[in-house]
Amino acid sequence: MPETRNTGTTVGDAVLPAPKKQEAVPGLALGLALLSAGPVVILVLLIVVLSFLSPYFLTGRNLSNILAQTAVISVVAMGQHLVILTRGIDLSVGSNLALASVVGALSFYAGAPAFVVIAVMVGCGAAVGTINGLFYVFGRLPHPFIITLATLSIAKGLALQLADGRAIPGMPDAIDALGREAVWGLPGSVFVVAGVAAVLFVMAKTMVWGRWIYAVGGRPDAAVRMGIPVSWVLVSVYVISGLCAGIGAVILAGRTDAGSPLFGNLLELDTIAAVIIGGASFLGGRGHLGHALIGAIMIGVIRNALNLLNVNVFFQLIVIGVVIVIAVEADVLRNYLEGRVRVMQAGRQS
Amino acid sequence: MSAVAASVDPAATAVHPVLAVRGATKRFGSVVALDDVSIEVRRGEILGLLGDNGAGKSTLTKCISGVHQLDAGAILLDGAPTQIRSPADARFAGIETVYQDLALFDNLTPGQNFFAGRELAWPQWLPRGMRFLQQRRMDAETRILLANLKVTLPRLDAVVAMMSGGQRQAIAVARSTVFARKVVILDEPTAALGLRESRQVLNLVATLRDQGNAVILITHNMEHVTELADRAVVLRQGRKVGELVPTKDNKQELVSMIVGA
Repeated sequence: MPETRNTGTTVGDAVLPAPKKQEAVPGLALGLALLSAGPVVILVLLIVVLSFLSPYFLTGRNLSNILAQTAVISVVAMGQHLVILTRGIDLSVGSNLALASVVGALSFYAGAPAFVVIAVMVGCGAAVGTINGLFYVFGRLPHPFIITLATLSIAKGLALQLADGRAIPGMPDAIDALGREAVWGLPGSVFVVAGVAAVLFVMAKTMVWGRWIYAVGGRPDAAVRMGIPVSWVLVSVYVISGLCAGIGAVILAGRTDAGSPLFGNLLELDTIAAVIIGGASFLGGRGHLGHALIGAIMIGVIRNALNLLNVNVFFQLIVIGVVIVIAVEADVLRNYLEGRVRVMQAGRQS
Repeated sequence: MSAVAASVDPAATAVHPVLAVRGATKRFGSVVALDDVSIEVRRGEILGLLGDNGAGKSTLTKCISGVHQLDAGAILLDGAPTQIRSPADARFAGIETVYQDLALFDNLTPGQNFFAGRELAWPQWLPRGMRFLQQRRMDAETRILLANLKVTLPRLDAVVAMMSGGQRQAIAVARSTVFARKVVILDEPTAALGLRESRQVLNLVATLRDQGNAVILITHNMEHVTELADRAVVLRQGRKVGELVPTKDNKQELVSMIVGA
C-alpha cells in the first residue's frame, strides 16, 4: 500500500509527532532493509563470483540445467513455505512424492492415459496432505512434526511395498515432455513451476484465505478470537503442501521416465532449507513465495557450482547446513532490530 | 444482594439496555467464579467494572465475549436472549473485546489487523475464505476510521510489530469500532501504558461512548473510573456487591466495596 505512506494519518488535533520525524531510524531501517533483501543480494553475488570461478557456469546450457534440477525442490518448497508460514512443518513431502510417483507409474501400467496418470499423482499427493492436516488439527496433536513424521514412514513403506522396492520405468509421453527442452532452451518443468508459483501467488496475495494464513501464523490464539476458522486454514496448507509434492512427482517422473519409491530422499530437508535460506521466518507469518523460490534456486546454484568446481559431494551437505545456520541467525537478528525500532518509536512519543 | 448506593440516572434508565446479563453463574470445578451476577449497559454509556484480583471481572467478560460459557443465567442483546458459544459468535452479535494482551497480529499492518477475520471481499456467493480481498476499500476505511478516532500512526503500511505500546493499544481499541458495534469491552486498556499514552487511550474510550457504543471498562484505576464511568459495578468473590454512580466524593466508598471493608 505505498499510497498510504505518510498521508491521511495526521487528522484532527494530532498529538503524536508528525510522520516525517518517524521515518528516520536510519541505521536500523537500513539494517532491516539489507536483511530483507539479503537472500537476493547473496544469490546475485554468488552468481557473479561463480561466473569468474568457472567458465561453464554462466552458459545458457548450465543455467537451464540448474533450473531443471531445482524444479522439484522449487515446487515442493512453495507448499512447504505455506506450512511454515503457519508455524508448521511437513516432513512427509519426500515420501509423499515417492508414493505419488509409484502410484502414477502403476496406473500407467494399468493402461491409464496421461491426464489420468497426472491426476492420480497429484491426487495421491493431496490425499496424503489431507491426512496430515486432518490428523494434526482434529487429532489434537501438539505439533505437525509428529503426524508428518508418521506419514513420512507410512508413505515410504507403501511406495516400497507397491513397487516391490524397485523403480518402475515408463511414463506417458506427455509427462516425459516435462523433462525435455520445451521453449527457449528451458525444460517444460520450469513452466510448470512458474504456473504453480503464479497460482499460489495470486491465492496468497489476493484471497481472504491468504490473509488468514498470515494471521494464523502470526498469532494463532488471536486468530481464534477474531473468528478466523483456524482449523480449516491449517488443514488447507497441508493439503496444498501434499498437492505440491504430487506435482513434484509428475516433474521428477517426467525427467526420469519412471516412478520410484526411492524418489524424494531428503526432499523434506531440502525444501525446509530452501524456505529458510530464502528468508522466510520459522517464527510464523513472515515471508512470501519468492523466498521459497530464491532459496530453492540458491540451493541449486550452490550444488551446481560445487559440482563444476569438482568439490567433494559430501562437502555440499556441509555447505548447505552452514547456509541454513546463517539464514536462521539473520532471522533472529531481524526480530531483534524490529524490537529496537519499537523501543525508539515509544521513546519518541514520550 | 446488590447494595445500590446511589440512584442511577433516570435519563439513562429510560434507554433500553443494549446488553443485559441476568443471574450469571460460572463454576470452575468447586470454585464459584461468578455467583448470580446481573449487569446492564446502555448505548452511549460507560460501565466501570471494578473488583480486586479474582473478583470475577475477567470471568464475566470472558463469558460475554464467548471465551467461556455461563453455567446458569442469560445474556440478552437488545432484550433478546442470545447464545454466545464462541468468540466468533460474540463478534457476530456485535460484542467487541479489547483484550488485555491486545490480540494483535504483529506481522500485519494496522489495516489488516482491523479487518482480520472479517475482511471486505467479493464475490459474496463464494465461501468466505475463497473471496478476493478488496484491499483499496479496506485501506480507505482504515484511514477514515483512524481520522474519526483522532488516532495518529507513523505509517499505515508498516507492520504492527514496529509500533509503540500506546500505538498498539490504540490500534486494538480502534479495531473494536471497525463495524457498527453494540458493545465494546475493554480489559485494563491502560495497564501497561505511561501517563501520556494512557490519556490518549482514555480519550479514545470516551470517543467510543460518544459514538453510541455501550462500553464496559475494566480497570483498577479509581481516577479513570470517576472521570469516565457513568456507573460502576463492583464485584467481590464472584458476587456483585454494589453499583453506584462514581463521583469524586464516593471514591472511598467504592474502594471499601472492592476490598470488602
